[in-house]
Amino acid sequence: MFFKLTPTTGQPLYLQLMQQIRHATETGALQHGDQLPGIRTLAEELVVSPNTVAKAYSELEHDGLLELRQGSGAFVCVERRTRSMADHVQVARRRIRDLIERLREEGLLDEEIKRAFEAELLYPAETVRKR
Amino acid sequence: MTNTTVILTRDLAKSYGSVAAVHGLNLSVEPNRITAFLGQNGAGKSTTIKMLLGMVRPSCGEGTVLGKRITDAEENCQMRRKVAYVAENKPLYGYMTVEQTIRFASSFYSDWRADVARRLLKEYKLPPQQKVQSLSKGMRTKLALLLAFARRPELLILDEPSEGLDPVGIEHLLQTLVAQSAEGVTIFFSSHQIAEVERVADHVCILDSGRLLVNASLDQLRQSYRRIDLVFASAPPEREFRITGVEKIQTKGHQMSVFASRNAEAVIERAHDLDAVSVEVAPVGLREIFLETVKEN
Repeated sequence: MFFKLTPTTGQPLYLQLMQQIRHATETGALQHGDQLPGIRTLAEELVVSPNTVAKAYSELEHDGLLELRQGSGAFVCVERRTRSMADHVQVARRRIRDLIERLREEGLLDEEIKRAFEAELLYPAETVRKR
Repeated sequence: MTNTTVILTRDLAKSYGSVAAVHGLNLSVEPNRITAFLGQNGAGKSTTIKMLLGMVRPSCGEGTVLGKRITDAEENCQMRRKVAYVAENKPLYGYMTVEQTIRFASSFYSDWRADVARRLLKEYKLPPQQKVQSLSKGMRTKLALLLAFARRPELLILDEPSEGLDPVGIEHLLQTLVAQSAEGVTIFFSSHQIAEVERVADHVCILDSGRLLVNASLDQLRQSYRRIDLVFASAPPEREFRITGVEKIQTKGHQMSVFASRNAEAVIERAHDLDAVSVEVAPVGLREIFLETVKEN
């Protein structure tokens, strides 16, 4: 599994890692029973603090997406829940596509739409994360 | 490992004659974390580190490292046995070879790990038979790091560890820091290499002109610092934005740029209330936080 963390995006690294692992389970890049590297191994690979990896793993365990086994690492548990999550993403994408199409018809440039999306995504960041 | 605060200072200060190097410093470093100590040259980083280690006597204030008082000679000795330190100028004996230096250092420490020393000697490609005085700056740094990493300290203090290292050396250094941290070693390192700090640090302390300006987790900084660029139809109502968390406001014509250390939501809400025609929010990197904070000071 490849992960890429960007220190300058204004988002904690552990959240980025969580999202990338979650995304990988949604696309099928990570499947039920797959093993993720241990905390130390992944921290050294990504050159980030071990606490970053530990926090991401423990939050994902809390969410039921990972199972941490003492001494043998982290295992992916993809239940039906994530399947429906993938469907949700599909539906959301379609709605976003429709919205973008409408905004274009109203004369907004792609660059303006993109900036508006980015601004709105940053704005309610707290509430989005607590979802 | 220990669960209490590893480094704690209260109103720690140092003056050289009439020049104050460090002012009333209240520093706390928590265990099992990587804490970066940022500041410009001459900000007081090395003086602070030397006071923590008992190498420089504070003018006033007090502090403890691993629970031992820094101004008490005996407690200081006990503390130093559990702390590995790499000094900024990497003092080593020039007439010794690399191998002799390692053997010499190993005899001082009961927590010495010969296997780690051997592994790092190979990884750093240090020439065992070469005299220290003929080593390049980068090689000297690597040897000094090896001497610290080959121990099993509770606390690792590094003063500008990446000085003199090339990008490959820096990457290797950071990986070693991560590995040490994974073993439960608390790490406190000073640096002005922001890009490195931004990757590996859990916590950041920014020191400027002897004062501690920022003491926060990097996650917290990432989530709370924002730059909000606004455009108004008329002259921007700058005064309305002087609220808690707003560190700086710049106005140019109809544009206004707000630099907020927190409370960005309130700035955005106010912008909407005051009919801003455009509101753009951007995250702020550690480099910008550092530069803005130091400039404001």
